Amino acid sequence: MAHIVTFTRSTPDTAAKVWVDNKGEVTWGDVATVVNPWDEYSLEETIVQAKSSGGESTVIAIGPALHDDALKHSIAMGVKNALRIEEPGADMNDSLVWSALAAGAIQKLGDVDLIIFGKESVDAATDQHTFQLARRLGWTMLSYVSAILEVDYAAGVIKVEKMLEQGKQVIAAKLPAVISVMKGINEPRYPNFLGIRKAAKAQIPVWSAEDIGVALPQPATSALRYMNPPARAISTEIVEGEDTAAKAAALVERLFEEKVL
Amino acid sequence: MSVFVWIETFAGRALPGSWEALGAAEKIAGSFDTDITALMFGAEAASIASEAGRRGAARAIVCADGSLLEYRQETYAALLSALIQDRRPVAVVSVATNRGRELLASAAGDTESGLISDVIDLRLEDGKIIGTRPAYAGKVLMEMTCHTATTFVTIRGRAFPAATPGDESAVAVEEVAAIPVPESIQTEVLDFASEAGKVNLTDAAVIVSGGRGMANNPAAPPGDISGDEATIWKAKDGYANTLTPLAQTLGAAIGASRAAVDAGYIPYEHQVGQTGKVVSPDLYIACGISGAIQHQAGMRNSKIIVAINKDAQAPIFKLARYGIVGDLYDVVPALTAALKERLHS
Ligand SMILES: Cc1cc2nc3c(=O)[nH]c(=O)nc-3n(C[C@H](O)[C@H](O)[C@H](O)COP(=O)(O)OP(=O)(O)OC[C@H]3O[C@@H](n4cnc5c(N)ncnc54)[C@H](O)[C@@H]3O)c2cc1C
Ligand SMILES: Nc1ncnc2c1ncn2[C@@H]1O[C@H](COP(=O)(O)O)[C@@H](O)[C@H]1O
Repeated sequence: MAHIVTFTRSTPDTAAKVWVDNKGEVTWGDVATVVNPWDEYSLEETIVQAKSSGGESTVIAIGPALHDDALKHSIAMGVKNALRIEEPGADMNDSLVWSALAAGAIQKLGDVDLIIFGKESVDAATDQHTFQLARRLGWTMLSYVSAILEVDYAAGVIKVEKMLEQGKQVIAAKLPAVISVMKGINEPRYPNFLGIRKAAKAQIPVWSAEDIGVALPQPATSALRYMNPPARAISTEIVEGEDTAAKAAALVERLFEEKVL
Repeated sequence: MSVFVWIETFAGRALPGSWEALGAAEKIAGSFDTDITALMFGAEAASIASEAGRRGAARAIVCADGSLLEYRQETYAALLSALIQDRRPVAVVSVATNRGRELLASAAGDTESGLISDVIDLRLEDGKIIGTRPAYAGKVLMEMTCHTATTFVTIRGRAFPAATPGDESAVAVEEVAAIPVPESIQTEVLDFASEAGKVNLTDAAVIVSGGRGMANNPAAPPGDISGDEATIWKAKDGYANTLTPLAQTLGAAIGASRAAVDAGYIPYEHQVGQTGKVVSPDLYIACGISGAIQHQAGMRNSKIIVAINKDAQAPIFKLARYGIVGDLYDVVPALTAALKERLHS
């Protein structure tokens, strides 16, 4: 029986205003968080893969209780099991620390065939978690997947379509594998009433580093400072003219003056 | 020591962003009083090495082993990680393309090193490399540093000037062997469908972008098409016959809003924004795009933004340096004509 695992967490709503307050901390006021938007696709794919193989699905968040919201959303969509990992005092944003905890959890689960990530997190976009987890586990890595063409969990093989900047590749590989998926791979479902009720009742287990038996590495990075971006002084000029042709000609002149053409 | 730069290649040619990575590496090498080693794996590695030399690399490490002809994470990361363990560079730099992100993150993991991704500015303070990067879709900036012997940096495309070529290349080229990779994690490329001929959005100096407004095309669809199908036909016709001529005149890439992508007007590859591509061209022309915050996240850092929209109140005008209030199906053809005239005069 296949076991599909996905990772997710909560991020501020993409429409929220986010700024650095006078203590130097990042805040988005009291706007609610959402599940990382890129993960709607990985959650959907996890549910589809588990269902079509008659297998298990598990969603994992690493970090504080804030991420329970994303886990509950995942359960409401239809992921069976949820799990949060929290190690007070550890820098869980550091990708080496993060991947040590993630790899430990996967090894403790023991029977995982496929791990599905979203392309990136919309807030931090560290772009490391997925790849470093694959390397720690010593598993196949397939990134930016736009379609799973074939997968045979019993035979341990997978065939995917992958997006490059220059086109699309078809790749064959062995399981177990870590993949990251793109928008367009599926149409994420909305949680239904039953799902929402199930999520509301769910008790989410929390594991510590000791529970999963990993020794944490020293964090490799530090965030030194957050800053509000310098305000861009834009004065907009609405180009006027007698008719459309005159406006267009005037705009072309401006663009040559700006030296962008 | 030395600063490593991974020169990303495709079909035997260096990507333009790789020379920007070399430019960023010069900044680091200068502050550490060391030199630059360009790394090239795969086809044409030797000829690209001499170009890297003309652009300032003192040394090049090349590997043209058959297993590296095509980029694959497992073979490239195995070699890069082995070279880093062996040579201990102060930094490893590449441009933050899909492959650059993957390769550097993998090697940083293998060598237990820190990585700062998507960097738009670099400086040195007390012997430490400090990278500035956008977070929260560019709503805030953060400064990061690494505590490990090697600092990995991926730079955002078009954020650093490219290292310019001189006449002379005195690069010392060293050939290395590939590192064997376990059978269990090897991937096999079965097929590739190229999108050759299209301008890559993230490299583009000019982008012409169309949004939901593309659907308001006065052209009439064939009689047997109606409803949503007709709307999609109109929008597609607009991209092909109204936006593309402007893009071709400008040598521009074509972008789109998510609303246009989700409605099926244009493939996802063209989406600009928080869940699409982040671009920073010299010129971004937004046609029939309202300028939602998630769209802004992908194009806010364009040098000059032009908005063409029939609604004078559309938020995109707050971001634009120049705007024309009007129907894009009148304005865009007029703009194409005016450009052609000006370019040929
Ligand atoms: C999690 C999340 C992620 C998102 N990510 C992205 C993203 O990556 N990229 C993105 O773009 N959006 C994204 N969005 C969607 C975003 O919120 C907007 O819905 C979207 O950008 C709107 O696209 P639009 O401007 O084309 O459409 P609209 O907002 O409908 O605007 C259409 C505009 O066209 C104008 N118009 C209509 N007809 C004409 C005409 N004939 N001539 C001239 N002007 C005309 C109208 O005046 C209007 O301003 C995201 C949303 C969420 C929730
Ligand atoms: N703390 C976390 N817990 C669970 N998943 C995460 C966490 N951080 C990032 N991810 C997921 O990892 C993927 C890549 O994120 P990132 O490396 O931050 O760009 C996305 O699918 C994220 O949702």
